[in-house]
Amino acid sequence: MALTLMEGNEAIARGAVAAGCRFFAGYPITPATTILNHMLAMLPPLGGVCVQGEDEIASIGLCIGASMAGMKAMTATSGPGISLYSEQISFAVGSEIPLVIVDIQRLGPSTGSATRGADGDVQFLRWGNSGGMPVIVLAPIDVRDCFTLTVQAFNLAERYRCPVFIASNKEIAMTRETVPIEGLNPGEVVERRPPPAAQPFLPFETAPGEAVPGFLPIGGKTLVRQTSSTHGPDGYITTDPAVITRTLARMQAKIESAVDRFTLVDHRPAAGADTLLLAYGVSARAAAEAARRLTETGRPVSVLILKTLWPVPEAAIRRAAEGMRRVLVVEMNLGQYVHEIARVLPGVRIDFYGQMDGRLITPDTITEALIHG
Amino acid sequence: MDSLLNATRPPVFCPGCSHERITHTLDQAFRALGLSGAEICMVSDIGCSGLFDTFFHTHALHGLHGRALTYAAGIKLARPELNVVVTMGDGGQGIGGAHLLAACRRNLDLTLLVLNNFNFGMTGGQYSATTPPEAQVGSGFLNRLERPLDIAEIARAAGAPYVVRCSAYRGDLSAVIAQAMAYKGFSVVDIWGICPGRFSKRNRLTPKLIEEMLARHPVMEGEIAENRRPEYGASYREIAAGLRPVAAPEAIEPRFAPAGRGREEVILLGSAGQRILTAGELLCLAGAHAGLHTTQKNDYDITVLRGPSISELILSPEPIGFSGIARPSVVVALGPEGVARRRKTCEGLTAEAVVIQAAGVDIPAGTARTRRVDFKAQGIKPPDWALAALGVMAKLDVVMRPEMLEAALAARLKGESLAGALELVRRVETGAWVEA
Repeated sequence: MALTLMEGNEAIARGAVAAGCRFFAGYPITPATTILNHMLAMLPPLGGVCVQGEDEIASIGLCIGASMAGMKAMTATSGPGISLYSEQISFAVGSEIPLVIVDIQRLGPSTGSATRGADGDVQFLRWGNSGGMPVIVLAPIDVRDCFTLTVQAFNLAERYRCPVFIASNKEIAMTRETVPIEGLNPGEVVERRPPPAAQPFLPFETAPGEAVPGFLPIGGKTLVRQTSSTHGPDGYITTDPAVITRTLARMQAKIESAVDRFTLVDHRPAAGADTLLLAYGVSARAAAEAARRLTETGRPVSVLILKTLWPVPEAAIRRAAEGMRRVLVVEMNLGQYVHEIARVLPGVRIDFYGQMDGRLITPDTITEALIHG
Repeated sequence: MDSLLNATRPPVFCPGCSHERITHTLDQAFRALGLSGAEICMVSDIGCSGLFDTFFHTHALHGLHGRALTYAAGIKLARPELNVVVTMGDGGQGIGGAHLLAACRRNLDLTLLVLNNFNFGMTGGQYSATTPPEAQVGSGFLNRLERPLDIAEIARAAGAPYVVRCSAYRGDLSAVIAQAMAYKGFSVVDIWGICPGRFSKRNRLTPKLIEEMLARHPVMEGEIAENRRPEYGASYREIAAGLRPVAAPEAIEPRFAPAGRGREEVILLGSAGQRILTAGELLCLAGAHAGLHTTQKNDYDITVLRGPSISELILSPEPIGFSGIARPSVVVALGPEGVARRRKTCEGLTAEAVVIQAAGVDIPAGTARTRRVDFKAQGIKPPDWALAALGVMAKLDVVMRPEMLEAALAARLKGESLAGALELVRRVETGAWVEA
């Protein structure tokens, strides 16, 4: 079995290129900078474009322009930058612009600690668009996930015409790991879907039975309109409540009702367990280790690792929680996703262990929280 | 060519608004250039200038306030053949100032039309970045306290190679716009006009007064000789064409039986400049050559050539879950800053652990067995201590064997640096165990 050694950020860059990404714009920020470095090395020789924006707002703006002109585009940043992205994220969400946005989370709040990890942005990613429309967020736990989830993120961005977030963490991004080389296989790569031919093109019109409008690029033969204003199928500003309601309901449904088709979870049930450990991101590795040790010593504990964070994969969470007396949610923050779990699992005892001090949560602390929490 | 104006969506500007005049003038420019709608993308900003994209049968993108130049740059880089025209007001110049400067410095082939009417029309006539201090606007006394920007002068200073400052009432405006669009590079046309809905309600402003105001400024009528240079996109593609593709990830086939006692957790503690992180990567590669799973987790400080440098490595026959280290099996102590950062970990070391200690670096090593090596006495300079320490570990069969290390060096280094590294790890003396 051949291995290769790389950090999470390199795996994201390589996954993006494998998924067909040919445009990247970013602004240097630890711990996301090495994605910019890798994309700058990889894209120009392939005929792609990688540029450093004058700031984060410009970087995502460049990506929005390039995506609308037909290129698969990605940007990457960390907490302070994702804050600046916010207005452009709202644009990409509300105007159905395919885009992959990588957030290499670092310890916040604010500029916080540039070189310390955390998972403090997971609710920000969900709710950081004005209007509060649903988004897709995927969270890797290791370097291999960084590659495969980035490919998935592009596929979802193309399929659903939306921004897709990768919620990584300094502790994955800047940690090198050996990966079996066959683990870096992109698998299926999804391309942007044009609208059905032989009809006058309206940029936000959906075919019967479809929730996602077909895409034509700005710069092609057919004229394309894009707008950040409230619009109907024709892409012109509208104040018609019926049109607005239909458009927003469709945009909500295309993401929320599709989650079962992209629910990425790793469920590790233990025979006889009545406790479920639920985690995501780098902390999932400590959680799995804690559960393994406890199970080996005769105190079985099941584990559910979420890699699709948003929309909340409710069905998978309910299935994993069946028969469980207690669920312990572990997060590298002060308690964010646990509220979703409490909402999805009424009547189940939900405990929380969180830590946001720049250190990894260890299997020992999780074990402690399981036994004495 | 036919008009590209959208017959079903005529302009909705206030009667007498200079924007309406510019709308028709822009259409004349498109016709003069013989462009079809599919050859043009209008990128518009927020405010009354943000309505422009709806009046034309062209490609169009309307986005957030001040950000129009960011989208335009992405579109132009993706589609170099497209004619990209950006309309922004004076408001957009204020909120998007960084993007204006960047566009001037970058010199992508975009055309920026600044529809400069000295106030925020749509939101109630508040002062903008170009409002004269003596004007009466919707911001009370605030504009009296700030100095207005001269957009054209700023564009010139920031490196725009083509700048025009002119009146919306100029007879040859369509030719001015057409020439700016035809220019291969970033062109800025700062067009001064009248906002009848807000500004000229409280301030006297006529085409003649605009001419008088313009006459008080230096003439800006096109190419700025000192800013003439190749266009960004063309230069980018030319340089990119000469770049070599990045290689696929290197596949490391296991070639050796692993050394060590199963899972090993190693911490390298040093100071900036000792190439600690490179040594950590080499240790991972050495493990991979023996089929071991490895992780390398580094401490990063905000300092570059000062402060501690720490690398935590795990080498394991089993896939690695948790990537942190609580109880290291090997500690390599090469610099006091690194040791200070991990003092507690060092104090807790037990008899199973091995410490490789550079002479002169104090370490509270608990009950660990300690091997002291005097790198200095061997004539090895501090930047080579970490690599030399790997040589010591290999010679002692700690975590890896010499053939694993040499394979790692061959994978990472070439030529003289490889020869030098091999020579160093072969010649390094391994010191002596320190008596407990």
